[in-house]
Formats: sequence, C-alpha cells, structure tokens
Amino acid sequence: MKASYVVRRVIFLFMVIWTAASLNFILPHLTGRDPIREQLEQQIASQGRPAKDAAAMIATYNRLFGLDKPLWEQYLVYIKNVFRLDFGFSMMEYPRTVMEIIIARGKITLPFVAVGIVIAFIVGILLGALMGWSRSPAWISAIAIPPLMAASSIPQFVIALLLIFFFAFKIRLFPLGYPYPLDMTENWGDPQFLLQYAYHAVLPIMTIVIVEASGWALGMRAMMVTVEGEDYTVFAEAKGLKPSRIFLRYMLRNALLPSLTGLALRIGFVITGAAVAEAYFNYNGLGARLGAAIASFDYFVIYGIATIIVICIASATFIMDMIYPLLDPRISYRAQKG
Amino acid sequence: MSGFLSYVRRNPALGVGIGMLLFLLLFTTLGRLFVNPLHAYPLSVMPTQPPSAQYPFGTDVQGRDLLAVMVVGTGLTLQIGAIAGAIGLSVGIVLGFVAGYSGGVLDTVITSVIDVYMSIPGFLILVLIASIFSKVDLGVTEMGLIVSIVSWAGPARAIRAQVLSMRERPFVMMSKLSGMGTFEIIMKELVPNLAPYLVMSLSQTVYGGLQASLGLEALGIGARREPTMGMTLYYVQYYSALMLGMWWWVIEPIIVIVLVLTSLVMTSFGLDEIANPRRRKTV
Amino acid sequence: MKQPLVEIKDLKTYFYVKAGTVKAVDGLTLTVETGTKLGLVGESGSGKTTMALAIMRMIRPPGTIQGQILVDGVDLLKLSEEEMRKARLSKIAMIPQGAMNSLNPVARIKDQVLDGMLDHGEKFARGEEEKRVAYLLDMVGLQAKVAKMFPHELSGGMKQRVTAAIALSMHPKVLIADEPTSALDVVIQREVMEMITRLVNDLNLSMILIGHDMGLMAQTVDRLAVMYAGHIMEIGDVRDMFADPLHPYTKALINSLPVLGNRGVFHGIPGVPPSVINPPPGCPFASRCPDVIAGICESQTAPLRELRPGRWVACHLYDGEK
Repeated sequence: MKASYVVRRVIFLFMVIWTAASLNFILPHLTGRDPIREQLEQQIASQGRPAKDAAAMIATYNRLFGLDKPLWEQYLVYIKNVFRLDFGFSMMEYPRTVMEIIIARGKITLPFVAVGIVIAFIVGILLGALMGWSRSPAWISAIAIPPLMAASSIPQFVIALLLIFFFAFKIRLFPLGYPYPLDMTENWGDPQFLLQYAYHAVLPIMTIVIVEASGWALGMRAMMVTVEGEDYTVFAEAKGLKPSRIFLRYMLRNALLPSLTGLALRIGFVITGAAVAEAYFNYNGLGARLGAAIASFDYFVIYGIATIIVICIASATFIMDMIYPLLDPRISYRAQKG
Repeated sequence: MSGFLSYVRRNPALGVGIGMLLFLLLFTTLGRLFVNPLHAYPLSVMPTQPPSAQYPFGTDVQGRDLLAVMVVGTGLTLQIGAIAGAIGLSVGIVLGFVAGYSGGVLDTVITSVIDVYMSIPGFLILVLIASIFSKVDLGVTEMGLIVSIVSWAGPARAIRAQVLSMRERPFVMMSKLSGMGTFEIIMKELVPNLAPYLVMSLSQTVYGGLQASLGLEALGIGARREPTMGMTLYYVQYYSALMLGMWWWVIEPIIVIVLVLTSLVMTSFGLDEIANPRRRKTV
Repeated sequence: MKQPLVEIKDLKTYFYVKAGTVKAVDGLTLTVETGTKLGLVGESGSGKTTMALAIMRMIRPPGTIQGQILVDGVDLLKLSEEEMRKARLSKIAMIPQGAMNSLNPVARIKDQVLDGMLDHGEKFARGEEEKRVAYLLDMVGLQAKVAKMFPHELSGGMKQRVTAAIALSMHPKVLIADEPTSALDVVIQREVMEMITRLVNDLNLSMILIGHDMGLMAQTVDRLAVMYAGHIMEIGDVRDMFADPLHPYTKALINSLPVLGNRGVFHGIPGVPPSVINPPPGCPFASRCPDVIAGICESQTAPLRELRPGRWVACHLYDGEK
C-alpha cells in the first residue's frame, strides 16, 4: 500500500520536471526562427570575442541541442542534460556554466527565502488559530481581517517597495538593499558576515512574512471556525478538557491539515514572488540574475534558473506529500480517489 | 434597487469591492477629461518634479505627468486583467465542463494536464514565453493574451469540481431521464445553476491574471512603452527612485495597485457568499 | 423525603437573534432521583438536545441560560467557568448523539480516553495508563488493542462504545445520553443500549436518556418526560404513562407506535411542530390537539401540575381537578 503512493508521487515529480524541460526545448523552436542561435551570434559579435571562444560557444550550443542530429534526438539529448543538471553556458558570462551561476547566486537567495517561508507559516498559523478561537474577543477578528485581506493580495515586490520606503528611506532603520554591506566580501564562514547578512535580510524576510502569513492566517481562521462546529470539539468540551488542550490538540491540530496542503500549493508563488522582490532589494541572487538574463536575452541562464526553480518547487511539494500522511492518520499511503 | 442595497448591507465585502471597482473605472474614464493622455508618455513635461499645483501627482524621471500616468495606466492595467480573465475563464469553462461532465478517459487526460500544468508556477511559464518575445514591442493586448496562457488552469480545475458535484444531483438525473441531450443539459440546467459561481470565478481569474501581469512587469517584461502600473514600478526600480527621493513616484502606483487588487479580492469574497449559500450568515 | 440528585427548575434557554427570540427551552422543570433513569422524549426540534447542552452549560452566545440546575445540591449555573469545567465528566457526563464524528480524528483512542482524566487532575504511574484504558474498554465490550487505533479504523458501534467508556471513566453522578443509538443500525442499537443500561445499573448512576423512540424508552427507563416545543407536557412513571397517558400529546405518541400483530391503519399526528421563534402565547400543541378547548388553549399556557403523586401534566383538560 505504502509503496504505490510513493511511486505515484515520484512519477509525478519526474513528469513535472520533464514537462518544464520540454517547454524549454519547444518554445524557442515554436517561433520558427532560432532565437538562441541568433542571440548567441549577436552576443559574440557585440562582445568581440576571440575566434576560438566563439567557436567553442557555438560548438557547445550544438552539443547541448544536438543540432546536427534529427529533432527527436536533439530532444533526448536536451532532456538527458537537464536531468544531469547541465544547462550549458551563460552567454553573458562565458565561460561560466549556468549551474555555477545558479549555485553561486542561490547561496544569496536560499537562506532568506527558506527562513521567510518558515517564519511566515508559523506566524500565520498561530495568528489564524488565535483569531478563529471562540475564546478570542470578536473585535480582534473584525479589525484584523481587512488589512490581512489587503496584505495577502498584494504582490511581494510592492510590499518590498513599501517596506523599503518606510523603514529604510524615511526611518533609517534598515539598509536600503543589498544582501550584505558593499565593503564586505562574501564569506559564509565568517560570523561577522553572517550577522550582516541576517541584518540585511530582515526586510526581505518581512516581505515574505507579511504577504504569506496574512493569507495563511485568514485560511487558518476559517478552518478553525469550521472545526469549532465539529462534533469532536463539542464532545471535547463536554469532557471537561482544559481549554488549552482543546485549542491545541483538538482544534489547531485538525485545522492545520488543509493549511499544509495550502502551503504545498503556495510554495510556487512564494518562491517566484521572492525572486521578483529580490530585484527590488538589490540582491544579486537568483531572482535578480533571472531579471538580468531576461533583459540581456541570456537564454541558457533563463531556462536554467527557471528549471531549477521548478525542480525546487516540485521537490518541496513531493516532501510535503510524504509528510502529510504522517500527520493525518486517515490518509494512508493507499490510492486516493481523484 | 432597494433590495440590492439591503443585500449589500448584509454582504459588505461585495459592496465595498464593487464600489471600489466602479470608482477606479470612473477615475480612468472621466479622469481623461482632466488630463492630457499624451502626457502619460515620456518627454512630455518637466521631469522629476514633486507634486505641486501644476502637477498634482508630480512627474517622473522621463518626463511623464504622473497624474496622466495614473489615469491612463489604471485603465490599461484593468484591461490586461480583463483580457486575461475573459479568455482564462472561457477556456476554463469549456475544459471544466467537458472534463467534469464527460468523465472517463477525456476527464483523466484533461485533469492530468491541468495538474502538471499547475505544478509549474505559471509565472515561470510566462517568463519563458515572454522572453521569446522580449525583442518584440509588446502592447497591452498582447500582455493580456500572454497572461491568459496560464490563467485558464485554475478556473478549469475549479469548474470541473463544481460540475462533478452537480452531475450527480437529482435534478440532472431527472433531465437525463426526460430525454434531454448533453448539450441541452449543460446549457439549460448546469450553467444557470453555476452562474453565481462562474461570476465569482471570473473575478478570481481577473485577479490572478493581474497578479501575474504585475509580476512580469516588475521584471521588465511587459508593454514597455505603456504606462501600466507594473511598468511604472519597474521604472521606479530601474531609476532608483527612492535613492533620488522621489517618494511620489513610488507611492502612487502602489496605491492604485492596492486599490485594484483589494477591490477584486473583496468582490470575489462577496461573490463567494452568493455562490456558496452554505456560507451565508443565517437569520 | 430524600433530596433528588438532579433538580432542574424553570430552565429557559433563549437565543436572541435578528429575527427574534428563539425559545428552545421554555420553563422546563424536572427531577431525577439517585440511581434512577429518566427518559426524555420529543419530536425533532422539541429542544431535547438544547436541554442536554444547557445542563452541561455548553450553550454559546447568542444563547442564554436562566433558571436553576441543581446537581447534588449545587447550582451548576452559579459555578465559575473553571469549576464547571471540572464538574463536567467527573460529576455529570454526556454520551453524544452522533459518535461518527465525536472522536478526534487525529488522536489515538488511548489518548482520548485518558485526556479527560488527566485534565481533571488524575495522575498515573508508568504502565498504569494502559491498564486503565484496557479496563475501561473492556467495560464497554471492546478489546484492549482498540487503544492504539484511530477513530476512522472503528465501526460506528465501536465508536459509540468508546464515547460511553469516556463518559463513564470518572464515575459521574449523572449520565446524559443524547440519543446514543440513533445513528446506529438496529442490531447494534440493542447491544449498545443494553451495555449502557447495564453499566448504569452496575455503577448505580442516574441517567437522563434523550430520544424519540418510545419503544426504547419503555424498555429502558424508570420515569418518562414528554417534551414538545420547548415545554414539558407530562412526566411520570413509565409504566403508568403507557398504561394511562393523560396528556393528548402523550396519547398520540403512544398511539403512533406500530403494534406487532395489529395490521391496521398507522396513526400519525397531523400537522407540524410550531416554530420556536417568537412563539405565540398558549399551549404549543394547541394547533394539533384533538382535545383542544377553544378559547383557553390558544391563549394560555397550562402550568405543569402534579395531578397524582409523581405524575405531572401540563394540560387545560385537567384544570378542574385537585
């Protein structure tokens, strides 16, 4: 029973990655032209690269896409490379490979995004649970809901601008941007560096928290209201249980389950939103690099970063799928109806 | 009319949402009487002016009158949302009904496509597609079309779920027994019953489409020559408006964006109450 | 005469809503002697479950509770929140109606059986917890291995037994059983009801059994109270009431029971129960009563009077007596 569930989820994971990679392959070919080659040649021309470099780049391009072979073989070669995480070279920063760039920039982006998501989830769930509890005064919900609704619907980069405006520009509490002070070099072993990174990361993390926690709080609150009306909550009260136990073990624990599903679905939005917001914080992480790649038509980087993000999201969803049955005993690893 | 008003009192979210939308529509249409729409484009007026009597909303670095930008841009932003919403919902309706009503292999295929499609963040799909076109000058309509490439998946899935649950209801069985054809049942029984839900879905799809377009524009993928709200913020970032102290250029588009999005959220929320009578507050 | 264990005096549970006042329970008075079983019958919507919740003091706003609920001499309505919480389960316990959903889906049976006791200050040494749970499960006819399971792994009857085990785990003085078997199929109904009755007898508890099944009442309880639209119509010894029902509603209820061997016409009660929102004055049964007295019944509520020792009736038919 257990095995088939896991297997299906793994298959789904691969399907998603394969689809994303396929899209990457198909899209340039759809236009009839070959935008990549055009860009490559233009790049070479404008940068005045030495001949051997130019030849090497075009050779790599051919190898990546197997251009001398029939189309379906090209496709297979490409897919194979994707699963080996070989996305080729960056046209802008030749000879750096795309993977090199992703790892280097990812180190800037990943910490604050991961921390942001975790904090946002915890804050959101607790806030929503407290708002939805019948023992909480009603006016708290009434006052809090409209701003929460607004906050959850605004894109991250807009919140980013607002935060920068108020807390970095008007009141100089936090830096205006950049992941660490300009006079420092990136050194993850240095505690001073880590401290500065954390300090600079406060506003970006707050951006994620404001947008996501508000959404989860509203969802959690609604679930708590539903759970409150369930028979098991009534019986728990009839048993004379302590209010804290009812809140935590009977209500929150049950209301949490749909919120976890919601988390899994939302991760895609959070990560892409953070990538965009990053540019507004002048972080030279993955998001900003993606923006730069778009502006300069550095296709390999665009596809590489996009694919990596898809892989991250699909993996995160997969992990959540594995965790969920552990928390909800009703879902065994058996097959579920669609 | 009085009936409508008394309903709104019970459903404030809907009232507020629609009210805000109407206000924005009026702003963008009637506002054109007070500004010169051409001033919403670069090199029209003195650049970098803070708000004054002459330029109530100030001007930006490229010489746009920001009042004109707000008036014109609000309409353009709404337009993108409308196009993405309309197309997304239409495709979503067709696919949702086909999948939900026919079931079987067709349903499985469509559902699988939707599931995989929705696992890849729509934003990334749009980035990939738009980057192909990035050398082309995009207009507002094109942006709407591009966004609708992903905006159909959500409604399709939701509508399919609704159709599935309605399909088993007794009144549908009755229609089948009395000999109604499939198409007839869909048009005469299912659609009218789902009408409130479809309207809510429209509101949600427009909202989603707007979010997606804003995200793209924030990275500079959009109708670069047009003064949409997202593009305006892109230029805010590009020209480091905050470093230059041009707070007005930052705040104004944000206010419009907040108004537009909040109005859509409120409207969706209010419509949800109509579509889901169980949620209605009783007595 | 010994003081009854439970004395409910003029209990009123009103809900104040926009449309008016819902008088779910309107002036209910009854007593339960120690070690006896009182049945409370009525149609759906007569206010039975509301009464049960009111006794447990679990009515939420916009509902209010007025009157007196004395258990062992203590007025429950005057207790503080914390005192009332402690009284639940230890002094007065409830077996809920639909056990399908009354157990926490994400907690094991063992934890749910224990947490009530733990929150009332009971302490267990190592290993004692399992023993106690096994003992309670055995008491209701379940095997010890049920303790490790989750609610969704149990059948409806098993779940109901678990709730009974929980309700009895602290030997309360009063057990309120709110239609404990209505959601079960007929065969299981009998088993579960027998189990509950046996335990109540063995532990010498008092019980209030709420239901709408007259036949079940006849087999189980000592005294019977008949409720209609928030009012008590008649109370008395159960055998007496079946033999000689005094209130027209009681008569109609008994008449509507199908009798084995009697293949005749089924008697129902024509009409529908009245709405309890802003109820009009007068006897609530007046519109359906075959013995209605014009001019009096629609305008004046009949008070509940003790016509004979132990038999109380609220009906204008007996206005002249005593």
